[in-house]
Amino acid sequence: MTARQTPLYETHVKYGGKIVEFGGWLLPVRYTGILDEHKAVREKAGLFDVSHMGEVLVTGPDALVFLQKLVTNDVSRLADTQVQYTPMCYPDGGTVDDLLIYKRNHDEYLLVINAANIEKDWRWLTENSAGFDVELTNLSDETAELALQGPLAEAILRNLTDTPVEQLGYYWFIPEARVAGKTVMLSRTGYTGEDGFEIYCCPEEAAYLWEAVMEAGRPYGLMPAGLGCRDTLRFEAALPLYGHELSAAVTPIEAGIDKFVSLDKGEFNGRATLAEQKAHGPKRKIAGFVLTGRGIPRADYPVISEGRRIGTVTTGSYAPTLDKNIGLALVEAGYAQPGQQFDVEIRGKNVPAQVIAKPFYRRKGE
Amino acid sequence: MNIPKELKYSKDHEWVKLEGNIATIGITDFAQSQLGDVVFVELPEIGAEFSAGEGFAVVESVKAVSDVYAPVAGTVTEANTTLADAPEVVNQDPYGEGWIVKLEVADESELGELMDSDAYEQLIGEGGH
Repeated sequence: MTARQTPLYETHVKYGGKIVEFGGWLLPVRYTGILDEHKAVREKAGLFDVSHMGEVLVTGPDALVFLQKLVTNDVSRLADTQVQYTPMCYPDGGTVDDLLIYKRNHDEYLLVINAANIEKDWRWLTENSAGFDVELTNLSDETAELALQGPLAEAILRNLTDTPVEQLGYYWFIPEARVAGKTVMLSRTGYTGEDGFEIYCCPEEAAYLWEAVMEAGRPYGLMPAGLGCRDTLRFEAALPLYGHELSAAVTPIEAGIDKFVSLDKGEFNGRATLAEQKAHGPKRKIAGFVLTGRGIPRADYPVISEGRRIGTVTTGSYAPTLDKNIGLALVEAGYAQPGQQFDVEIRGKNVPAQVIAKPFYRRKGE
Repeated sequence: MNIPKELKYSKDHEWVKLEGNIATIGITDFAQSQLGDVVFVELPEIGAEFSAGEGFAVVESVKAVSDVYAPVAGTVTEANTTLADAPEVVNQDPYGEGWIVKLEVADESELGELMDSDAYEQLIGEGGH
């Protein structure tokens, strides 16, 4: 399969982006440098192209009951124009994907899904829609998305819109906002651990909006930001990444995102396994750790205790804001408590690590 | 891209400077720019012996783990321990303070296998990496 370009591909090249293939898409891993971009998002603001993400519209009288069956969070708690993060599980509790649900009204919801899972999710959603009075529309190709993230995101956006964005709450959205003269869907969401906004627009207007936001953000120190810092930012905030902390083989309870599993909402896919794991504790769990010896933990490195393999690193990296080498690992549950010690095998050597509390980074005032 | 004339180069993007039978080795400006921000360097033990082409140090950027290969066979006489606390020097000064290892060369004839600056420029110009 040849890698696809987002509507912002030429823009990334123009801004000096170093292009890599990611999940079937050609995207910038960095522009000036991952550390610079990471710092900009933590201290000022960064602009990301997340147009590769998928969007599926669910409409119809059964939209709510359909979604309640498919995802683990309680969708009935959503008000109109509110957004919810939720895992979506298989009947055995393994994770199909993690996604955002935007409720437009009682029979219209937009799902924002991971780029690499678009086909799989689409198949899963359509197969599971039998018997429900719902209509599904894959809007992935008709939707571009920019993420403006960082403490100065609101100040920058105020220059581009008459909408009182300061009144938009975290995880709420405006279905039709005017930004730089274009009609977009605007949400106060993001996956960096910072305040920020996501701007959904038509592909034809993405490059124009990118330039308008960059222009408005220049006096604030806004930088274009690539996939590299997107990963280090979400990792410091200990937000799970599908394919790493979450997968068909890992449940949301094992991933430690219990608060997005609502057992009291009735029957849903995976409920029996998730209820059992929540009641008795899962056998494996995602632990956050800091490497106390020298080295950098990386995904797939073995986790060892007393000569025995007890787990696997799911994400590991130098954490720029903390200036430490840290990781997330799926380990036997007995090793997941803060203070526990184990080793990470790096190139054949066991390097000591200690379990620490998650998230590794929490923004001020949160 | 900075490619000093006086150095020799390997196809794996190491540079070599020979003084007597001691070869100072680092990664090229091209290699450091491809890697991005270097955040960790794993150095070999003094006295360790390596054959040509064998991985003998590791340079890690935020996203990537890259082996540094011995361009010629030899014994490690010195490793740049300042990189333990300041790995970013590999990005800032790849041909100077960012050197990685010094090797006592076992067989100087192997140096003949390395490229001069013109040949290396051609290699990276062709996108060979």
